[in-house]
Amino acid sequence: MTMGPVTSKSDEQVPSVEEATSTPPGVPAKAIEGRSLGQIAWTRLKRDKVALTGASVIVFLVLVAIFAPVINKFLGHPINEFHQDKINPSLGGIPEPGTWGGISKDFLLGVQPVTGRDMFSQIIYGARVSLLVALSATVVAVILGVVLGITAGYFGGFVDSAVSRLMDLILAFPYLLFSIALISVVPVTTAWRIGVVVGVISFFSWPYIGRIVRGQTLSLREREFVEAARSVGAGPTRILFRELLPNLVAPILVYSTLVIPTNIVFEASLSFLGVGVLPPTPSWGRLLSDAVNYYTYDPVYMFVPGLAIFIMVLAFNLFGDGLRDALDPKANR
Amino acid sequence: MSTSTQSQPAAAPQRGGEYLLEVQGVEKHFPILRGAFFKRKVGAVRAVDGIDLAVKAGETLGLVGESGCGKSTTGRLMTRLLEPTGGKVILEGRDISHLGVSQMRPLRREIQMIFQDPYSSLNPRHTVGSIIGAPLQVQNIKTAHGQKREVQRLLELVGLNPEHYNRYPHEFSGGQRQRIGIARALALQPKLIIADEPVSALDVSIQAQVVNLLDDLQREFNLTYVFIAHDLSVVKHISDRVAVMYLGKVVEVGPRDGLYAEPLHPYTYALLSAVPVPDPDRRDKAQRERVLLTGDVPSPIDPPSGCRFRTRCWKAQDICAQEEPLLRELQPGQTVACHFPITTEERSGKGAQAARAAAAEIPVAASTDPFAEPIA
Repeated sequence: MTMGPVTSKSDEQVPSVEEATSTPPGVPAKAIEGRSLGQIAWTRLKRDKVALTGASVIVFLVLVAIFAPVINKFLGHPINEFHQDKINPSLGGIPEPGTWGGISKDFLLGVQPVTGRDMFSQIIYGARVSLLVALSATVVAVILGVVLGITAGYFGGFVDSAVSRLMDLILAFPYLLFSIALISVVPVTTAWRIGVVVGVISFFSWPYIGRIVRGQTLSLREREFVEAARSVGAGPTRILFRELLPNLVAPILVYSTLVIPTNIVFEASLSFLGVGVLPPTPSWGRLLSDAVNYYTYDPVYMFVPGLAIFIMVLAFNLFGDGLRDALDPKANR
Repeated sequence: MSTSTQSQPAAAPQRGGEYLLEVQGVEKHFPILRGAFFKRKVGAVRAVDGIDLAVKAGETLGLVGESGCGKSTTGRLMTRLLEPTGGKVILEGRDISHLGVSQMRPLRREIQMIFQDPYSSLNPRHTVGSIIGAPLQVQNIKTAHGQKREVQRLLELVGLNPEHYNRYPHEFSGGQRQRIGIARALALQPKLIIADEPVSALDVSIQAQVVNLLDDLQREFNLTYVFIAHDLSVVKHISDRVAVMYLGKVVEVGPRDGLYAEPLHPYTYALLSAVPVPDPDRRDKAQRERVLLTGDVPSPIDPPSGCRFRTRCWKAQDICAQEEPLLRELQPGQTVACHFPITTEERSGKGAQAARAAAAEIPVAASTDPFAEPIA
């Protein structure tokens, strides 16, 4: 044997230099228990004040939405109670001028013009609709985007071309016009309408996630662990969902939190245009749309729902950004 | 070291006899596609272009060659990670060249692979336990004491702490990761392991440990290895037989000692002359006169006619451009594909110096342009 450094000494006797560095003698293995990537991301996220603020606002809004009936009992008035005494019919249905939309101790955010309904109850019930529609549309979009994106990226070839062209097609679509046209022709019942709105929003937002997942899959499938999985006999389903998907969790999570605010705005836009959720179901978008007739007399009507949308979208965006920084191993903060 | 060819168990496979794995004229041409919507083939990278190799049970076959010569592709064809575009891959007498994923699954218990890059061959989101347990899960193998115990046994076998079952790959060093890869390959108790440059990504000191581990495991489990590498010293250390590849072809195969002592192909000769001898006292004697090849390997998209090495060979003549040399057995067990194999006189003294001078004089252009005038 001419190989100098290679001796016939067995490895088991010499527990290798590398071993010694990772497990110092005398220290029990438990003490240096490794952290998973999720734990590392969590410690990073905990340090990010802005993201935490975003997260707490989100939690607050979700709690408000869930407990809307309870909160409303104490701080508002029943949602479909008309307070005609609070508005002045001779002024076209708005409250007395100078009261900021009728804001008082009794009506925290004022009253709606014409109907005299409590604005506060409209806003907190509207949060329910906004979150419900945006979150379920995002869930559907993420599932669609992940399944189609990962399939396109992994299999390539014809599947990839077909899915990619479909995504291009949807992204190039004038989605508002399409939504208006589609939603106008479906049967008008409240439950149906919410389902259709969710369907339309997810149909137009899955390609964003699909593209990202496809791109990541393209680079992941070249990694040797995919070949390793194939060499032990794993089929495509296992490779896609057990090997590749866990590596895509970070971008999917980040992108989902960034798609939610877009979908909130999307829902608000549809409702603003009169093709969103149906009255009397409250919606921030429709409150804005109603305000259009009155804002020259009293800007509070536009300001209140606008601020609600703004806060929710901003919170999701800040949290999404923080999450991206925390999950990206190359982020140096 | 020599893990002398252990005798095959009495129940020999029906066909193919003594060979565990054979490749016959196997080819892999990767198509080059152009066009935005309708892809059309404009050419092919002939990564592996008709090679014959046979691996006996219990032996270690070293596969060497420079980067891009197709040795990794050959390894992936043998494990059927790639489907050959021509020729046959025969495992224990059974043609596996075109089997599908599910047909291939039971056969994967026989043949496993160790990968080159320990940083990309382990899924960063899986724990060591699930990485090594994956083969057992995929193949639906029930072990006596449960999967966790089996994985811990494997960890111990490759010299890792079984307590590290729940750790993630990023907590291990390169050498430890490679051991995890080896444990995964061993999980199915295969007969044949294709090791694709298993140590080239590691530190030299760690290389020795991993090579020794592979050696020990071979002795313990009567494994057969195909050891792909570009480091000739490592190959010499571990192999029983060595095959040399150049540009998608096997140019020489032979027993380790014979091939290293008396290379017959000019390419093997040049390759071996480049191996550094660490001992300065022995350098004069042991080191051959270095034959420096000029130019680059020609493109596998459009390989030279006849002998592929002729554009860089100092012995090339007209016939080399016209006729492709076939593998001939010149020494017992040592076959070479060359019209003008290296003779004994050329190996030492004046002959070697002349070879060196001749190799240096080949114009560089000749080696890059496959259609250059034949070298006289």
